[in-house]
Amino acid sequence: MMIILVSVTVLLIVISVAQILKIAELSAVSRGEKVYHISEKENKLQAILMLVFLVFYFSFFAWQYLKWGKYMLPISASEHGVGIDNLMNVTWALIIPVFIITHILLFWFAFKYSFNKNRKAIFFAHSNKLELIWTLLPSLALTVLILYGLNNWNKIMTPVNPEKEHVLIEVVGQQFSWGARYAGADGKLGRANVNFIEGANFMGVDSTDKNANDDIIVKGEFHVPVNVPVQFIFRSNDVIHSAYMPHFRAQMNCVPGIKTHFNFVPIITTAEMKKITKNDKFDYLLLCNKICGAAHYNMQMNIIVDTKEDYQKWLSSQKQFSQNN
Amino acid sequence: MSTHHHHEQDFLFKYIFSTDHKMISKQFLITGFIMGFIGMIMSTLFRLQLGWPGESFWIVDKLLGSWAENGVMAPDKYLALVTMHGTIMVFFLLTAGLSGTFSNLLIPLQIGARDMASGFLNMLSYWFFFVSSVIMLISLGVEGGAASAGWTIYPPLSALPQAIPGSGLGMTLWLISMAIFIISSLLGSLNYVVTILNLRTKGMTMTRMPLTVWAFLFTALIGIVSFPVLLSAAILLIFDRSFGTSFYLSDIFIGGQVLEYSGGSPILFEHLFWFLGHPEVYIVLLPSLGITSEIISTMSRKPIFGYRAMIGSMLAIAFLSTIVWGHHMFVTGMNPFLGAVFTFTTLLIAIPSAVKVFNYLTTLWKGNIKFSPATLFSIGLVSTFISGGLTGLILGDSALDINVHDTYFVVGHFHIVMGLSAVFGMFAGVYHWFPKLFGRMMDNKIGSIHFWITIVCSYGVFFPMHFLGLAGVPRRYYTNSEFPLFENLIDINVVISTFAIVIAFGQLLFLYNFLYSALRGPKAPQNPWDSNSLEWTTPVEHIHGNWPGEIPEVHRWPYDYSKVDESGEFVGGNDFIPQTTPLFQNEKNEKH
Repeated sequence: MMIILVSVTVLLIVISVAQILKIAELSAVSRGEKVYHISEKENKLQAILMLVFLVFYFSFFAWQYLKWGKYMLPISASEHGVGIDNLMNVTWALIIPVFIITHILLFWFAFKYSFNKNRKAIFFAHSNKLELIWTLLPSLALTVLILYGLNNWNKIMTPVNPEKEHVLIEVVGQQFSWGARYAGADGKLGRANVNFIEGANFMGVDSTDKNANDDIIVKGEFHVPVNVPVQFIFRSNDVIHSAYMPHFRAQMNCVPGIKTHFNFVPIITTAEMKKITKNDKFDYLLLCNKICGAAHYNMQMNIIVDTKEDYQKWLSSQKQFSQNN
Repeated sequence: MSTHHHHEQDFLFKYIFSTDHKMISKQFLITGFIMGFIGMIMSTLFRLQLGWPGESFWIVDKLLGSWAENGVMAPDKYLALVTMHGTIMVFFLLTAGLSGTFSNLLIPLQIGARDMASGFLNMLSYWFFFVSSVIMLISLGVEGGAASAGWTIYPPLSALPQAIPGSGLGMTLWLISMAIFIISSLLGSLNYVVTILNLRTKGMTMTRMPLTVWAFLFTALIGIVSFPVLLSAAILLIFDRSFGTSFYLSDIFIGGQVLEYSGGSPILFEHLFWFLGHPEVYIVLLPSLGITSEIISTMSRKPIFGYRAMIGSMLAIAFLSTIVWGHHMFVTGMNPFLGAVFTFTTLLIAIPSAVKVFNYLTTLWKGNIKFSPATLFSIGLVSTFISGGLTGLILGDSALDINVHDTYFVVGHFHIVMGLSAVFGMFAGVYHWFPKLFGRMMDNKIGSIHFWITIVCSYGVFFPMHFLGLAGVPRRYYTNSEFPLFENLIDINVVISTFAIVIAFGQLLFLYNFLYSALRGPKAPQNPWDSNSLEWTTPVEHIHGNWPGEIPEVHRWPYDYSKVDESGEFVGGNDFIPQTTPLFQNEKNEKH
């Protein structure tokens, strides 16, 4: 109801403003002024509004930062995420000054050089020197950003060395839930395909494959040990999903028909993060981040980062695939 | 073309099946605006849901009917609205509405041509667009609802009605509509290119063309290169949906059974889609950049700074735009090496973009700026182009993209850099060339109020979205109240939705100004902005063939504003020298 009242009020205001302006314009016409002519007074007003807007825009930016800045994601809970955050900060350090300077120039020029009939605009059509400067400066800045960024990217995308200690987890998305499968003691995941999906075997694990016997399948939440690399394999049973783990700065699409990969090293346990965020209810989350159907907005799974001991304890309490069948 | 005969035409051929570029331009404008208003209303409706999730709204109930039981929209219908909003805004308003209007109006007028190379193809281009608009709107009313898989329509979601109801008949109509739309776009683009290359008047060399025409040329070229790829993507998707092929589908278990698709890959579709999808951003943006260049120069009474650099940067942007599509796919499972390549090409676009911004700033510097509503929107465009462009450095960097990909950060970024910039350019163009379109003037005061409401509310809507994104909120969520993680962020959505409601009402000012001025506005003089370019030498009343006598000859570039001689007086006595004015004695013939 409020909305209707507000809407009607705004509508009426709009109409009345328009009508008042119309009357003002008609009287201007009757005084013999050219209708398309923008009077110096009007022009000056717009020039001042340019400065007012500049102040508004920067204050709005600052207000948002003060109000919502504290709700941004906490520090990275993964090793590579620290690198991403540093890269992000370097990028911000470049972007924000450019944003501020160019906006000051834009609105200041608009204010300063508003029309004055006693002044002539200068005829300044080009300058090779200036153009060279502002081609080279961004090029240099971008070279740094590109090299720094790609260095990070290559590190992040290098798979876990299978010889070293790691945890292998397969994550499968389906409308509208997640499942995770651990490779078990043999370190190998059994074959899986949608053709084997039946009843509780929602991940389609092939029960005739020996590697599958010790696999551990979980729903609702999955655990990972702190400071051990986790190699993820992602699959989807139906449409494209995206496994988004914002606290770990990790995301990879789950695509039907192919397997995708991502890996990270968790460095902060859930218990530690609860302290850092001063929030007892804090939990790491896996969210779906690719439109996947009506309940896309509610497709989540908790991630628990344990100490190695707790992780082993939890893992050994889970049923193996062969015990389910 | 020395003589041109006038003859009375009946209503049908003058207003409906017109082959006159000026009439076709108005047809595109009005159809585009109608679609744009529909798209805007959709966004206001889903902003109501996002700001106040689960609350019942009278207006939602009235407008959406069975899509919203008791005034609360259903989750899949929310997705339908989001999908249709994106489709309508990107293609119908900002591709056909923007490019169709201004390419049609300005190309012949600014290069000195009687009409487009083929008036008939031009008419077909509009009518294909019209039919595709009608089909797209019809798809809103079919069983299962309109397409709901996002405007990017990734399969399998878009291929399988079992996955979401909107992927039934709604999706079929979406694909048919887009196929027709692409035909329209190609007919238009080919016409623009041929006209620009062949029909320039005497003296109108390529480097004497206004930057608007250069922008339209590059836009048309990118369209010709990339739209056919979308057409093929759509045709393959139609095959998968209707004829049992498996181009995009494999290993799918849905609705309790395994489907018999095998061997296809959704990633193939993503490549094909974004091969158009990214150039599309520049198809939307370049016309606005061209329009702004022209307006900023004219209204600050200064030549555009770095004319050749502006052309060069548009060329660079146009070329690079075709080799950056993979930056939409960093986390799709595409080979990481490709990710690195696309990061490189993507960030390169920042260089020509920066050059353009600096050139705009230098053009304003020491100018003598007249603030028409067109000037205001042009300055607004420079602001949005900077604000949105800079966050592109984050999204284009594959390592940073991992954590903001598909979040509200992306929504904020592209709405500002592409949506707002293009819309601001379109508004600027309408205010500036309204006298050419309708022979009447728009109201400056209402125009300036419209501008200030629009820019304040635009940033009010899209700036906070960056914070949502950095907090990890995914886009296309019906509500984010399902997550304790996001509970602190509820008031951001209230702020955004409030601004969204105000901006929607603010557009009524424009609507009123537009309609009133078109019918009752004061008659326009021939050259209201003291502009140099050729379109202002045509009569105010539209005539076939544009110029009553010979087409004027061009003697100079279009940016001779405030040119002074040695004594400091204006050359020719005015602060502008139309392109048709021959060189004065002692005037230096400069290359620009």
